[in-house]
Amino acid sequence: MEVAIFWLLAVIIIASAAATVFSKNIIYSAFSLLFSFLGVAGIYAMLSADFLAVTQIMVYVGGILTLILFGVMLTNRITMMSLKTDVFNFIPGLTIAAVMLAGLLYVIWVTGTWASDSPAAWDTTVETIGTLTITRFLLPFEVVAILLLIAVVGASFIARKDKQKIQS
Amino acid sequence: MESLTLNHFLTLSAVLFSLGVFGVMTRRNAVVVLMGIELMLNSANINLIAFSRYNGNMDGQMLAIFVIVLAAAEAAVALAIILNLYSNYNTVNLDEVDQLKE
Repeated sequence: MEVAIFWLLAVIIIASAAATVFSKNIIYSAFSLLFSFLGVAGIYAMLSADFLAVTQIMVYVGGILTLILFGVMLTNRITMMSLKTDVFNFIPGLTIAAVMLAGLLYVIWVTGTWASDSPAAWDTTVETIGTLTITRFLLPFEVVAILLLIAVVGASFIARKDKQKIQS
Repeated sequence: MESLTLNHFLTLSAVLFSLGVFGVMTRRNAVVVLMGIELMLNSANINLIAFSRYNGNMDGQMLAIFVIVLAAAEAAVALAIILNLYSNYNTVNLDEVDQLKE
């Protein structure tokens, strides 16, 4: 049962990621990215990371994907039907991706020596994550909070319209 | 039927990472390149969480949370840059954007 669910999720993730990368239409790319993110959230849930599965759905699907769709709409003249983007460097890109995949699979299946028997699953991870956040990972947590603030302020500063351009 | 091992998850994430690399290398549109980067970050997260699960150790999940936060910040800044590119060049084709200054 578990194996069947894993393969189902894997097929969903890989197929929609391939659609994202290969599709000529950028809107199709954005929407197949949605299914890829949802499948990854399912994989997190299978790995007994329930908090992260919910975070994945909220941040990626609710935040980043919406942001990307805004980017698509604001940077394409929809009336001119210029939504198609072409693929270039097809052969070198495919070669490098295939070589990288072969190298990763070689390391994973041939030279990997990590234990692969799974310990007992956690009941829920929320309590442990909360405790770790305010004890062992307190400093990274604060740093990342400040970084997020800086990124948001910086992004809105970069993206705003130039005052002179508006007046002219 | 065989049971799930760590290698299943690692293989899935390797395939996802290669697709992301392919997207980053071959697409002209900056937004699609950003999508490829998001795919690569997702595959790294699958790795972190799988190792965390099979080692019985929570640190990988904490790192994955930080990766998600950084991905959100990166997407916001990258889209701001892309909007700026569009207003300056009227295109988001990466091979037409070849000047640092107007």
